[in-house]
Amino acid sequence: MDLMPILSTLRRHKTAAGLIVVEIALTLAIVCNALHLIATRLQVLQTDTGLAESELVVLDLDGTVADERADDVSAQDLQALRALPGVKSVALTNQVVYGYNSNNSSVSLEQGQRQGRLSAANYSGGEGLIATLGLKLVEGRDFRPEEYLLGSVLSKQDKRTVGQVIVNRALAQRLWPGEPAVGKVIYVIDDTPSTVVGVLEQLPHPYPGRKTDSGDLAMLFPVKPSYRGGVYLLRTEPGQRDAVLKAAVEATARIDPTRVVGTGATLQEMRARHFAQDRSMVWLLSGVIVALMVVTAFGIVGLASFWVQQRTRMIGTRRALGATRAQIRRYFQLENFMLTSSGIAIGMAGALALSLWLMRLYELPRLPLVWLPVGALALWLLGQAAVLAPARRAAALPPVAALRA
Amino acid sequence: MLLYYLDLARRSVRNARALSLLMVLTLGLGIGACMTTITVFHVLSGDPIPHKSARLFDVQLDASDLVGYRPGEEPTFQLTRFDADTLLRERRALRQVAMSGTFLPVRTDSPDVKPVYERSRITSADFFAMFEAPFLRGTGWTAADDESRARVAVISRKLGDRLFGDADPVGREILVRGESLRVVGVLADWRPVPHYFDTTLGAYAPAADLYLPLATALGFGFGTAGNMDCWGNSRGQGPREPGSPCAWAQYWVELASAADAPAFRDYLVQYSEAQRQAGRFERPPNVRLRNVVDHLVHREVLPGDVRLQMWLAFGFLLVCLVNTVGLLLAKSLRRSGEIGVRRALGATRGAIFRQFLVEAGALGLAGGLLGLALSAIGLWLVRQTPAPYAALAQMDWTMLGLTLALALAAGLLAGLLPAWHAARVAPAQQLKTQ
Repeated sequence: MDLMPILSTLRRHKTAAGLIVVEIALTLAIVCNALHLIATRLQVLQTDTGLAESELVVLDLDGTVADERADDVSAQDLQALRALPGVKSVALTNQVVYGYNSNNSSVSLEQGQRQGRLSAANYSGGEGLIATLGLKLVEGRDFRPEEYLLGSVLSKQDKRTVGQVIVNRALAQRLWPGEPAVGKVIYVIDDTPSTVVGVLEQLPHPYPGRKTDSGDLAMLFPVKPSYRGGVYLLRTEPGQRDAVLKAAVEATARIDPTRVVGTGATLQEMRARHFAQDRSMVWLLSGVIVALMVVTAFGIVGLASFWVQQRTRMIGTRRALGATRAQIRRYFQLENFMLTSSGIAIGMAGALALSLWLMRLYELPRLPLVWLPVGALALWLLGQAAVLAPARRAAALPPVAALRA
Repeated sequence: MLLYYLDLARRSVRNARALSLLMVLTLGLGIGACMTTITVFHVLSGDPIPHKSARLFDVQLDASDLVGYRPGEEPTFQLTRFDADTLLRERRALRQVAMSGTFLPVRTDSPDVKPVYERSRITSADFFAMFEAPFLRGTGWTAADDESRARVAVISRKLGDRLFGDADPVGREILVRGESLRVVGVLADWRPVPHYFDTTLGAYAPAADLYLPLATALGFGFGTAGNMDCWGNSRGQGPREPGSPCAWAQYWVELASAADAPAFRDYLVQYSEAQRQAGRFERPPNVRLRNVVDHLVHREVLPGDVRLQMWLAFGFLLVCLVNTVGLLLAKSLRRSGEIGVRRALGATRGAIFRQFLVEAGALGLAGGLLGLALSAIGLWLVRQTPAPYAALAQMDWTMLGLTLALALAAGLLAGLLPAWHAARVAPAQQLKTQ
């Protein structure tokens, strides 16, 4: 089909045509960046911590009176919790993923190292933590029973010394790239040496998906917290989590009724809370994309309808000279395609500019170019869908009616 | 004349109902989205204590060791116990406060009252006067109480109601982690937004419900919550003991005027230098003294998502505006005939221009009213989100006025190009084609 008649018509409606082009360009620029933002948030939402998340229940107890016997009470708690029906394993840990606190320490390879130290999430946990979390050792071994120390005893030492540590693979690869980590020594607590006895495939930072100094580096010490400084992690079958949590609250209340439950939740509930903001941003951004597309579509429908009405005489003449209905329809469709294409061309440049600006403002990653054709395709389809009704109406005009107008 | 234009606008709307409705809807959507996000931004970025924010300063000292030292870098944002105690004792400002947030269990000696964990603040005496905490009954405590580690407490109205029901809590005893304390004051409902004097437990956290003297609480061995930076060797000391290398206390001063800040900064530098000579500080003096607004900007209190949402909404409004301009233009071109007749009957170009602007402004205002309703819904939606500031998203009169102003401006802006086009219509040609 000849493009010249379309171009010459558009030239006579420069402003209206220009407005549609600008609207499509703006929409494309925003939609591409919104898609990119959604993708980055979805990536955060899909964070894989490597834990048996669907099987874990967290119980955090707070004391309301001073307690000198906290370690004894914790031992009794553990015994009672392990005896509960449906419980596969239980462990105490100083911090838990998606929790309310994050413990980090700096790691050195030499004693008294002053520069270039790394920060890593610092877990300390009692027996059975690795099994309870469902983590996999890729090198070395778990702690031996005799290696566990009591946190309360350790904190009274002048120079605290913990002989063993288990690191996650990220930390091992950062410290000793390409070498086995087991047997190596790091200095973390009071500049005293701890020997690596195992490497975990994964051990997540307590705030996964958040920007922290530690990144994904983490380590675990065989130091037993009491219930006062730690939380109980219970592993069970997914279907039994609520029952186990209820039974655990009752069992611990029997041991010491002065305590109150700070947190009692499944790990999945805590995950949902942790990522709630990201999830609501995904919804909001999706809403913005839909609203933008709808508004743009209405703009196209409005202007196209107006053009059809204005060109009634031209359509009638062409029909009288032998143009088919399909040719009239295609005329409007092609016109829309040309307008949308120019809008898309400008919009792609706009999307990249907007991305640069967002990168400066929010430290976002650069807009991956793949979103440009995705956005372009969406707008081409939107344009064609929006123009379909006005184009059909134009095609349906009988030549006589058109000439009479 | 305005009334006549409005009547013309009414007729024109009636002649193109669908198109006008579409324009009002588009403008309403854009304005509603904008106002929702601007309101949230406005609430969250406000100055929490405007009449004295320029005289309140957050104090930072560089007490850390030389590990990873880069000259001039940002010092730890809180103070160690030793520095907080010393600065408090030297009293060089009009008022000074050393404090930390924490969570403490509270009950009374009545067995019917269940212990509750309360958001608490352990602080020195000037806190209430400095941050203007409103007392419902009683008062705070004095610096002498701080020194004598008095067993006193201030509670919120909410906590008072929970523990004592209708009775006046002042003078009554409460048990905090088993320690008995006497209530000396009750605070009226108070929510500084942001929670500017301590953002480590969330910048939009509610204010505490229980307040104890810092020295008393530390004497009992109560912990703190929030951020703690430690370096070097603790030598068997707890992190909140005077000799420990851990920074966890917020330290604020109120000066008589903002002009006193340089002198106070000099004092902090001298203090740091003296500490270095005494061998306590390893780093050269490196202090920060930021007032409330600078402090909030520096701590990047405003959530990035809130600003991002606002820019998104502005982008959306821009698309809506372009859309409305296009539709208005189409509408005015369709009315070329009518314009030709009006021009032929003596209406000037200016009159046509004004007529179309009035119509656009009226559409804008209608869009604004719709936008107002939509932003009420939008704010309701924000309040349903789990964000810590959700409850704060409320429309106020300023925002209401701003919405209508924005709507009118948007309508007029959208109307300019079409009105100009309409005014240029040549009457003769239009009359001929009819």
